[in-house]
Amino acid sequence: TLAERANLAGVQHILLVLSGKGGVGKSTLSTELALALRNAGKRVGILDVDLCGPSIPRMLRVQDSAVHQCDSGWVPVFVGQDKAIALMSIGFLLERPDDAVVWRGPKKNALIKQFITDVAWGDLDFLIVDTPPGTSDEHISTVEALRPYQLLGAILVTTPQ
Amino acid sequence: RAAATTGSAAAPGTGSAQAGRAAACQGCPNQGLCAAGAAGPDPAEAAELRARLRAVRHTVLVLSGKGGVGKSTFSALLAHGLAADETKQVALLDIDICGPSIPKMMGLEGEQVHQSGSGWSPVYVEENLGVMSVGFLLSSPDDAVIWRGPKKNGLIKQFLRDVDWGEVDYLIVDTPPGTSDEHLSIVQYLSATHIDGAVIVTTPQEVSLQDVRKEINFCRKVKLPIIGVVENMSGFVCPKCKNESQIFPPTTGGAEKMCQNLGVSLLGKVPLDPAIGRSCDRGQSFLAEAPESPATLSYRNIIQRIQEYCEQHHLQEEKIM
Repeated sequence: TLAERANLAGVQHILLVLSGKGGVGKSTLSTELALALRNAGKRVGILDVDLCGPSIPRMLRVQDSAVHQCDSGWVPVFVGQDKAIALMSIGFLLERPDDAVVWRGPKKNALIKQFITDVAWGDLDFLIVDTPPGTSDEHISTVEALRPYQLLGAILVTTPQ
Repeated sequence: RAAATTGSAAAPGTGSAQAGRAAACQGCPNQGLCAAGAAGPDPAEAAELRARLRAVRHTVLVLSGKGGVGKSTFSALLAHGLAADETKQVALLDIDICGPSIPKMMGLEGEQVHQSGSGWSPVYVEENLGVMSVGFLLSSPDDAVIWRGPKKNGLIKQFLRDVDWGEVDYLIVDTPPGTSDEHLSIVQYLSATHIDGAVIVTTPQEVSLQDVRKEINFCRKVKLPIIGVVENMSGFVCPKCKNESQIFPPTTGGAEKMCQNLGVSLLGKVPLDPAIGRSCDRGQSFLAEAPESPATLSYRNIIQRIQEYCEQHHLQEEKIM
């Protein structure tokens, strides 16, 4: 729908950070890439679709923030030195930071779809999507929901072993 | 929180019996899913699983929450360590469907699963150490298993129901990172028998501990006893100058502090040793390849503590019966 397209309509490039393997540095890279792009004067957003182990809020020191609603949807949390990087993560929706999100696939899929269509990202040069390890629900749903948009491509992260 | 943003009263929580049914659930995008109830085994399935797993004496789950901390490495070494006693029968079940590491770590890449009248046959590393993994079902090791939750659950159920494990002293279950389908399913399917407990693996950094605390809460939520926590990659001793470095600094006190705060047992700390990764890549047992390494000593101590926990647990159960 037109409304669904609208929230990502102002995003120029969407980058996925993937691995397959856990613990290789996807979230670390996503965060550092966002900060570097911001430093180079770009408008940047990060979408953290790791629902079970959301690392990005802590990496950007905003683990105690909350999200708010506006007319066009959820307002991302603005992070970084100049508060100009837009971030959305399930980490902001937890009652307590140690709460486990024990959801099966269908529920995860519903939230990811909301993160993609209901967040008011505004005008961004880059939206970096950080993913959990694996090739399952989160990955399938993210790629499917992003299909109508300009997906620049995926960066794959690994270690040498 | 979704309910909170629509201005309703406190949501009952997804684990509650009222999930999806309370007034506060109106308008939540997941209402239908909650109301549909948890997908546990039905009584007939539960009976089938109970029969199949009747001859399993001890079951240990290896969990984390965080990826890449050494769950599979630990599961493989736990299996090798327990199987060193030739009188014990050990089974290693790998339920990481997307990223099955166990076949490679056990030197079993390329092996296939055979069927017999009594079910699927595990792949044996030693006479007393059998392994099962989705890795054995792939035509090529690079094939991606791109499955949604329900399909993964189906395979996990098959692994428990159709594999002819025989008489087993220790069933070790290696899991993927997270707290999702695989974890819920294994706990629900194994409720038909019993689980001695979970070993939770972490590294010293806060980014790992953050996810591990969630895993600990998951265990408490599903009433899974926690045997204890293992801290991997806990320091590195240079083989040349013998200086110790903290490659993953424990900025918030590491696993030790977390265990103190949460009242769980710290089973041990294992230092980084490049030979561990090398052994894993080569499919060899690190314990056998590097018997003098400080990491081997740590692993052996931890394995012993797990054995003691299981034996004690068994004695208590026998007393009750």
